[in-house]
Amino acid sequence: MGHIQLKQVKKSFGDVTVIPPLDLEINDGEFVVFVGPSGCGKSTLLRLIAGLEDTTAGNIEIDGKDATGLPPAKRGLAMVFQSYALYPHMSVRKNIAFPMKMAGMPKEEQDKRIAAAAKALNLTDYLDRRPGQLSGGQRQRVAIGRAIVREPAAFLFDEPLSNLDAALRVGMRMEISELHTKLATTMIYVTHDQVEAMTMADKIVVLQAGVIEQVGSPLELYRAPRNKFVAGFIGSPKMNLIEGAEAAKHNAHTIGIRPEHIDVSTTEGLWQGTVGVAEHLGSDTFMHIHGVPGCDPLTVRAGGEVGVKHGDTVWLTPNLTHLHKFDAQGLRIE
Amino acid sequence: MARAVTNNRKALNTAIAWTIGLLIFFPILWTILTSFKTEAQAISDPPVFLFFDWTLENYSVVQERSNYMRFLWNSVVIAGGSTILGLIIAVPAAWSMAFVPSKRTKDILLWMLSTKMLPAVGVLYPIYLIFIKMGILDTRTGLVIVMMLINLPIIVWMLYTYFREIPGEILEASRMDGASLKEEIIYILTPMAVPGIASTMLLNFILAWNEAFWTLNLTAAKAAPLTAFIASYSSPEGLFYAKLSAASTMAIAPILILGWFSQKQLVRGLTFGAVK
Repeated sequence: MGHIQLKQVKKSFGDVTVIPPLDLEINDGEFVVFVGPSGCGKSTLLRLIAGLEDTTAGNIEIDGKDATGLPPAKRGLAMVFQSYALYPHMSVRKNIAFPMKMAGMPKEEQDKRIAAAAKALNLTDYLDRRPGQLSGGQRQRVAIGRAIVREPAAFLFDEPLSNLDAALRVGMRMEISELHTKLATTMIYVTHDQVEAMTMADKIVVLQAGVIEQVGSPLELYRAPRNKFVAGFIGSPKMNLIEGAEAAKHNAHTIGIRPEHIDVSTTEGLWQGTVGVAEHLGSDTFMHIHGVPGCDPLTVRAGGEVGVKHGDTVWLTPNLTHLHKFDAQGLRIE
Repeated sequence: MARAVTNNRKALNTAIAWTIGLLIFFPILWTILTSFKTEAQAISDPPVFLFFDWTLENYSVVQERSNYMRFLWNSVVIAGGSTILGLIIAVPAAWSMAFVPSKRTKDILLWMLSTKMLPAVGVLYPIYLIFIKMGILDTRTGLVIVMMLINLPIIVWMLYTYFREIPGEILEASRMDGASLKEEIIYILTPMAVPGIASTMLLNFILAWNEAFWTLNLTAAKAAPLTAFIASYSSPEGLFYAKLSAASTMAIAPILILGWFSQKQLVRGLTFGAVK
């Protein structure tokens, strides 16, 4: 079980409020991602749930029981840290065994669980090594192993992949997703990388300055961002936000159109512009177009092998069914 | 930081390092050499370096005249006792300052260090009187206490720096893993801090071993350590350089050997925070 409910949870450091009172419900078995720019309070929120920080006000309930004042160990949660936080003086085996040793679990049971975790995480050959002798990906797996042997109510991940290189990150992302499918345990995952959020989450919580901007499934957030911030944060490359006359035509203060929802033509279209930087990725080409009023540069996605280059003139036509409209406060207009 | 260094430059650096090293070591070397000379050769002008009649006579005279083992034992008890007592007090102090700092932690650290800025002679009189009142003048207990107090700021500072190097996330991980404060200290913090604690112990031991001001002023016969043993050879009867050197060599030999064997540990500990 791993149902977590935050009720009017608030956190201040001295006079600075980093998280104004917020409510959030995380259902059992959900993969929830907290995403937001650095300093948005996502890690603090995770640490409040973990019990590593005290709440200033409000309640945290885990499986219906008030856990607000409980020390971290009593909450039945396991955490994987950004730096992995392995115990450098212990072997992999002892690292994984540590939480079970603290819980006073019988030795045979410990060995059984270590063997199972090591097998699941491809660590069997490394059990007698020290963390210092492992690669980044292996260390990450040890940290996950240490978390799973406790069979916690929920896993907390604090930017666990940010220290890995890009290729490894994609692999670990899938491993964690698979682990979630297999264990069906609640997972709360903090990241500043919206790609991680989109690919892994059942539910994304977008945070800015300690405030929840929107909660929803990845596609809900992609299709109907509640405000300009979420619109700009979710999706890669970023949504184009256009102000001024062009927006006024649609009775909005700002209109948003994603790079993948703009048709590019070398002969005709609604807006005319000049190609600035063109990024050829093979599968796609991202072009930064200058000269479109209200948004400079405007990013568009074209097919992989388009023949435009720097300085060419192109015509753009937005796909109006995917147009997002926002008012002067930045809120979505339906 | 890695830097490209030419071979010439490297040779020069090596030469400079050796020169400085030898300059620093020279007094000790000269003391050892002098201890094997006769009194006449010890003060001969020009001084003789290696080509003299090597003799062990000074050592036998020193052995006859004073009980080396008693001084040695006093030194061991005073240096060892003050180090252990200091650690018992400093470890929790450094721990709390490193991991649960308050607004005033920095001030407290600086204040502790400021006590080292006071010239020792400034507090000699009151401490001497206190020692008389308490009846601990010329006792090992008294010396252990004074040595501990004198070195305590340095121990706390050193340990504080080492503890600060331990990443907070590892301690938090142990808390998440269900460790109590006691278990956190026993299973995680102490093993991780061992190199730091060891070099602090060693440095403190050496400082206490060589300390002369307090040991000379607060001891007479019973609790006198090796520093007093050396001093007894620069007596009003006249200076006996060769015998003084023999006594000095005997006094520094144990600490020199200890330092030699633990130099790797010591260097690692002293540069722990600087090199990552």
